[in-house]
Amino acid sequence: MIDPALTARKLTLAYDSKPIIEGLDLAIPAGKITVLVGPNGCGKSTLLKGLGRLLKPQQGFVYLDSTSIFKLPTKTVAKQLGLLPQGPTAPEGLTVRELVAQGRYPYQNWLQQWSEEDEKEVETALTITELQAFAERPVDSLSGGQRQRAWIAMTLAQNTQILLLDEPTTFLDLAHQIEVLDLLYDLNQKEGRTIVMVLHELNQACRYGDHLIAMKDGDVYAQGKPDTVMTKTLVQEVFGLECRIVDDPVAGTPLCIPVGRKVLGIV
Amino acid sequence: MQKTKSSPFPWLVLRTQVLSARLDRRVPKVLLAIGMVTLAAMVWSVGQGEYPVPPLDVVRTVLGLPTATSDYGFIVNTLRLPRTLVAWGVGMALAIAGTITQGMSRNPIAAPSIIGVNAGASLAAVSLIVVFPGVPIAFLPFAAFMGALTVAVLIYLLAWNGGTSPVRLILVGVGFSLVAGALTNLMVTFGNIYDVSQALVWLIGSVYGRSWAQVLAFAPWLIVFGLFSLVLSRELNALQMGDDLARSLGSRLEWQRGLLSFSAVALAGSAVATAGGIGFVGLMAPHIARQLVGPSHEGLLPTAALTGGMVVVVADLIGRLLFAPIELPCGIITAVVGAPYFLYLLIRDRK
Repeated sequence: MIDPALTARKLTLAYDSKPIIEGLDLAIPAGKITVLVGPNGCGKSTLLKGLGRLLKPQQGFVYLDSTSIFKLPTKTVAKQLGLLPQGPTAPEGLTVRELVAQGRYPYQNWLQQWSEEDEKEVETALTITELQAFAERPVDSLSGGQRQRAWIAMTLAQNTQILLLDEPTTFLDLAHQIEVLDLLYDLNQKEGRTIVMVLHELNQACRYGDHLIAMKDGDVYAQGKPDTVMTKTLVQEVFGLECRIVDDPVAGTPLCIPVGRKVLGIV
Repeated sequence: MQKTKSSPFPWLVLRTQVLSARLDRRVPKVLLAIGMVTLAAMVWSVGQGEYPVPPLDVVRTVLGLPTATSDYGFIVNTLRLPRTLVAWGVGMALAIAGTITQGMSRNPIAAPSIIGVNAGASLAAVSLIVVFPGVPIAFLPFAAFMGALTVAVLIYLLAWNGGTSPVRLILVGVGFSLVAGALTNLMVTFGNIYDVSQALVWLIGSVYGRSWAQVLAFAPWLIVFGLFSLVLSRELNALQMGDDLARSLGSRLEWQRGLLSFSAVALAGSAVATAGGIGFVGLMAPHIARQLVGPSHEGLLPTAALTGGMVVVVADLIGRLLFAPIELPCGIITAVVGAPYFLYLLIRDRK
């Protein structure tokens, strides 16, 4: 088995000394798409921030290539690991090109502020996300889907092997959700990038995830391949939702159909 | 949209072996235009007064060329030029401080005068004038800097909260301004009448009677911290993306924020020490500059600086033209324009 891209050991994460996650052990498989699912407030975003060294652990470690992530210079980490937080907002009037160029920050210093490589990587990121036509437009003038692509392009310009994304499809309509997920799938397939993302939509999580991690109350409830993890019992216990699991007629992955009171005829 | 396509690359790129940088294409033209307006306003301003000097003679005198009367030398170089230079420099310092504050807090209505930093500087400076009347002018910037720093630290402790709550920041700032203002009044009440009358004119924000001594005391602060801020513009770009993104891009957030705050406080404090509380410049100039060159700080900081300088020079000129020979302090002019602008920003921001 290949070494994991990221490993958490006895990780305890807290906001203002209120622990959200306690003593968690976890390995993120390299070169795969890992999807975190779980109810609101279960600690998915907190875990993602912990893995991306945005949140200092109270105890425990996160290892990137067997080195503790907090022992590495933060710019070195930024060349290997990119993180897109939930619902980012760009400064008013910032153009798409400027936003994407911001992803080159870890490669720049006082003297080298805009190298040829920076320029090349920004162009590549704009091409992959099909945003060249919008490059000079202000980010705030774009549609939701385009805007999300612009943010992903920024993390792509960072040129990292690992990408962490917190709910990259929120606030997008279904077509744009699939567009973003397909883009991430391409990146994973063509360039072998490790992707870790938080998703709310279980069916998309099952279709796009190689590895599924279901979280409940700050702990990993189950993890593994979607077909083994996504069961009726799991959805009942993690989300408190009665459902049926069938095969997705398009992809063959598990499809979760909620029952709900309307069908049961209880008012 | 067609227009941007004809110029595919909107940046000016400088690239040598050791150095590379980029700048928004609009910046040089904008800087030149603002510079020319400022220069014109300065010449007019220096010529204006009880003893008018024609514009051409103003230029000749400053350049050291011979003029019709030898009186011009004293009037222009000794009496009026330092005043205009102070106005220009103070405007630049306040504008840079405002740009840093807004960029760092991602808060369009943050500025040193709004969050009480200027009031803290005023209190410290007035205290120095009243308690130690004989102290040389060069000490004023240090006192004001300490006052400004104290308020900045208190605001950080009490109201920062990630800078994401504009209203909280401003309410706490208003609180600090009121407390500092009350203490300043107390100082004024107990002070010696001569020192106090000087302090009062200064408090409203005026460049009246500024001499070379003030220019020389203030210039090092402006140059050192102005350039330092410019060097940090890339960090400011990262910070204005928000804490999480800046951190994930590899910014040493707390460290950079500390350096930038220090620079902003030094600029605002020394400006207040030199010309009193000229309000709203630090608020308005960054917005005007953002409209002109966009939000990237490599271009935004110098543009905002020159805009702020222009605003104060023009405000001083207007203050002297409006009810001549009576002079209005330029702080009143900037407030008359700035207060409605502040309200406009508040209303726009509420949406």
